[in-house]
Amino acid sequence: MIEILTGSSLNTIQDFGRPHAMAMGVAQGGAMDRLALSHGNLLLDNPVDAAGIEIVFFPFRVRFHAETSFAVTGAACPATLDDLKLPRDWAITAKPGQTLTLRAPEQGARAYLTLRGGLDVPPVLGARSTDLKGGFGGLEGRALQKGDRLSCLAASTLRMPATGYGLARPCPVPPADGTRIRVLPAAEHDVFTPESLKTFHAAAWTLTPSANRMGYRLEGQDALKLSRPLSLFSHGILPGTVQVPPAGQPIIQMMDANTCGGYPKIATVIAPDLRLLSQTVVGAPVHFETITRDDAVQIIRQEAADLKRLAAAIATLRTQLVF
Amino acid sequence: MTRIHMAGAGGLLLDAADGPFSDTTQRRIWATSRELNTRPDVLQTIPGVNNLLVTFDAVQTDPSAMEKLLRTVWTQASADEVPSREIVVPVVYGGEFGEDLALVARFANLTEEETINAHMATRYSVAAIGAMAGFVYLTGLDARLAIPRRDSPRLRVEEGAVVIGGGHAGVMPCTSPSGWHILGRTDLCLFDAFRPDPGLLRLGDTVRFVRAS
Repeated sequence: MIEILTGSSLNTIQDFGRPHAMAMGVAQGGAMDRLALSHGNLLLDNPVDAAGIEIVFFPFRVRFHAETSFAVTGAACPATLDDLKLPRDWAITAKPGQTLTLRAPEQGARAYLTLRGGLDVPPVLGARSTDLKGGFGGLEGRALQKGDRLSCLAASTLRMPATGYGLARPCPVPPADGTRIRVLPAAEHDVFTPESLKTFHAAAWTLTPSANRMGYRLEGQDALKLSRPLSLFSHGILPGTVQVPPAGQPIIQMMDANTCGGYPKIATVIAPDLRLLSQTVVGAPVHFETITRDDAVQIIRQEAADLKRLAAAIATLRTQLVF
Repeated sequence: MTRIHMAGAGGLLLDAADGPFSDTTQRRIWATSRELNTRPDVLQTIPGVNNLLVTFDAVQTDPSAMEKLLRTVWTQASADEVPSREIVVPVVYGGEFGEDLALVARFANLTEEETINAHMATRYSVAAIGAMAGFVYLTGLDARLAIPRRDSPRLRVEEGAVVIGGGHAGVMPCTSPSGWHILGRTDLCLFDAFRPDPGLLRLGDTVRFVRAS
């Protein structure tokens, strides 16, 4: 049992979301930085998609009421268990009464707290993710508040050294001087003027404060223009879609995006880079780079293989740890 | 001419729109969606208005193979009739619940009463489901009421709002921003995540609007 000591309207329970409910109009949802949540779960020998807490509002404090193994992954934020400083992407076992504190990130934007067994909230439409817009999933369909108590699903005790263990190479977060996002051309790419396509790739776009789990609005000096007016029927859109509304400033659809839309689409962010965008801080520059579909497939397959290798390596190392 | 666009590495958007909305094309979209849903490589299909989004796992499945499958299934799909139920939606029109009724009436060059009658006169068809959970895009709107969406969306439109926009009719399943125009309000619950069948309406269902008694 853990108790949340700090409230916010933004910290939510997330797993891998509801990709199979999109046909009902339900947002895909799930962790914005899926790799960070995966790393946390792998460190705890959980299923890779077990539900954890996505933290975007700091400081975040939680008290452990029972002995609990947990991991903190994602953004580089100073983390302390009582007075013990924890390295990045670290797992450790808390004793009853201990408090974990996460302070504002030095790099990145969201941290993940995963717990041995995964959080025990009722699955809704196949997932434990909080859908704030729909008001379901997670804990009562809402963000976590001060005083909330959460339990974990039953799991055997995880043996680990008293000081814990972690990843030698934490999952990367974008450097402060800019996030490089790789994209594939989307349906209306070729309808944008040649100058606009040049601007799209050459400009340093700035992430505006209008950035949440539904979408990230970017701002640039020159608006993107179509070479002819378009009137599109409503169509399905996926997280990562870069829409360009009439004002000409792009909006990137994120995990809680609407499942259908009608604005022209210039590009789609490849899945492995969408997590980098989710770790980008407001005001930071964002650069787009168009790649080929073959390259994108290779990058996605590489990431999947890396995750598999990491899971195997952690499983092997855990058996070799000296207690 | 049907076009297939990339929607990232693991998505394809088949766009079959050719001028105005086509009911025949929409039936082929649904048939394609049903057929693809039986294929193990397909994660999901999301029918839009005369278009279809297909998703798959690019780690396992080669995108060019999926593109080929999509084109084949689309080419072979026929515009079958789908089982249709009729759902009646009771509406309180105008006043505080329908703040855009006067604006829409002016646009259509009709009285408010004629506008309401035009909205109630047609039988609508659920062409697509999406945007938000349980939102349906209804085709069949009287052409005189095809008012474009608002230039800037309202930040808050209440659950149950009976709306029109961009040539379609709809009902708000939850309180959310929307650029559609509000004609009235219904008490009908369109989506409940905890019901065995969360969405009230299915693709192909017929919808009629009547005045709430």
